[in-house]
Parts: sequence; C-alpha cells; structure tokens
Amino acid sequence: MAKVRGAVVVDKEGCKGCGLCVEACPQQVLGLHRDVNSRGYHYSYMAQPEACIGCSNCGMVCPDTCITIYRVKL
Amino acid sequence: MDIQDIIKPENLVYQKSKIQVDVISHYCPGCSHGVVHKLISEVIDELGIQEKTIGVSPVGCAVFAYNLIDIDWQEAAHGRAPALATGIARTNPDKVVFTYQGDGDLASIGAAEIVHACNRGENIVVIFINNAIYGMTGGQMAPTTLLGMVTSTTPYGRNVELNGYPLKITDLIAQLPGVSYCTRQSVHTAATVRKCKNAIRKAFKNVMDKKGTSFVEVTSTCNSGWKLSPVESNNWMVENMFREYPQGDLKDVDKLIQQ
Repeated sequence: MAKVRGAVVVDKEGCKGCGLCVEACPQQVLGLHRDVNSRGYHYSYMAQPEACIGCSNCGMVCPDTCITIYRVKL
Repeated sequence: MDIQDIIKPENLVYQKSKIQVDVISHYCPGCSHGVVHKLISEVIDELGIQEKTIGVSPVGCAVFAYNLIDIDWQEAAHGRAPALATGIARTNPDKVVFTYQGDGDLASIGAAEIVHACNRGENIVVIFINNAIYGMTGGQMAPTTLLGMVTSTTPYGRNVELNGYPLKITDLIAQLPGVSYCTRQSVHTAATVRKCKNAIRKAFKNVMDKKGTSFVEVTSTCNSGWKLSPVESNNWMVENMFREYPQGDLKDVDKLIQQ
C-alpha cells in the first residue's frame, strides 16, 4: 500500500508528445492519449492515476516543462 | 482519494519556473535544449539572480533562447559568444554572464574564441550542448560527430581518412589553467537531470565567486537530425556517445585545492 499519492497535471496544449515522461515514469502511470491536441500531438496523460507517487521524474525530463506535480502523504 | 483532492496548491511539488516564459518553444519534440533551458531557469530562480544575469545565445537552434528565458540576452555572431561574453563580463563585473552554445557553434567555427576565452579565465559560464551534429541546418557532420556516424554530409559514416577524428573539446578545455570547473553531464533520465542541475548551479556559483571560467558540457540528443524517436535517440546516445564522451567532472579547482 502506497504511503504517498501523487497527481500529474499535463498542459495539454504545451505537450509535444515526445514520450520521454512515459519512459521516465517508474510506476507506468503516464501514457500518450489517443486524441491529439490542437497542434496534432498525442499528448501525455495519466493512464493509471491511482499508481502515481508524485516522484516528479516526469517533470524533470519533460523538455517543454508542461507537467505540474502534486503529492500528498496519506 | 480523488485526484481533485490531491491537486491543491499546498500539495504542489514541481512546476514550471517563473523565469521561463510561458510560451510553447520552437524546439522539436523531445529536444534536450528544452530540459537544459529549464535547468538554467531553475538555477537562476533559486540563486535569485534574474536581474543580474546576462545570457549570450549562439547561432543554432538555441538562437531564440531569448524568447524562452526571462533574463537579459545578447545574440552573438556564429561561434563568437565567448568573445562577446568576455566584453560583457569585463564591463559589467557585477553581472553573471553565461554563454549557451551548441557543438557546431563552439567546437567548429568558435573553437578559437572558446579556447582563448577559457585560457584567459574569463569569469563566465559556458553551457555546451553536444549532440554530435549540426541540428538546425539539417543534420550535417560536426567536429564532434562520432566515427562511423551517418549524417547528411557523411552518408556512408564518418571516415577517419576523409573527416578526421571526433573533437573532444571539453577534454582540451579542462587542460587550460583559466578553467575552474569543467564537467560533462547529460539529461536523458531524471537522475542525470538532477545531477546536471547541480553542475549548472555550481558553475553559476563559481562565476558569482569570481573563480574563472566554468564549463558544462551537456551530451544531448538531436532526434530530428539522428532520424530517431526521442526515446530511441536517448538509448542511442547512451550506447554510442557515452563511449566517446564519458560522463563526469573533468576538473574541479575546489577539489584540487582540498587534495
């Protein structure tokens, strides 16, 4: 049972769908959405939100700084 | 617990730095430039030097860096960023001056400028983005291109007899007495991004303490130029570039004095 829960907010329009955050996530939380944003990129989103631990790895590797991370201790 | 209960200002752990301008950058998806811009912004924010930092941008993809980081910028002619930074740093000794250069800019056309600026020990930070290619102009061979690496001007791979050896300019720079800190980092995983940020912070602190030139090479990817996906190009970099460009500190004057 996880002692911390996290949440990731991706700026949909800022995301370029490079997939580096998906690769960096240790919990396989993130995925690329099947829809596209206004510029035609498959943006990143929380595919499994309950698994997020708020480690901020995705935010660190994001080249477009479009990820904001929240974490709460349970 | 609902996601909306977690997304509250008091639970915030990571967000975009205030120094970064809230625009969508012109870089390709997955470009290492974006990560390094973010790290520079965060370091400037943490050190509280936004008002007294002057950046010198190169010719290359990072030429529009002034649109992305909210500090004072000066745009240099191709390769001449260290010469321009020398002038700025000497006439404004209270400012923190840094150059941001790619490998075509720094190691090829600007090789003379960087070697002499570092040899004089000018009080500047040099951020060197090494992606082994001329990214902006379409992926031509750069001095740092690996042997056998296919680029648009070496379609059969870089050949020693025709093109010579890859130039390890950071190793040359580390030999110069004016350089106080010389390191080679990368930004392909969260751990290396954190390490790279520490290196950039140390470089800026050295310049604030007037210790001489601080040189940070960031071994980077150019997925458009390499014709790979962002994730594949990170893997390619680890497999091939790290052999030629080993990671870690090459020189640190503080540690030399301690020994």
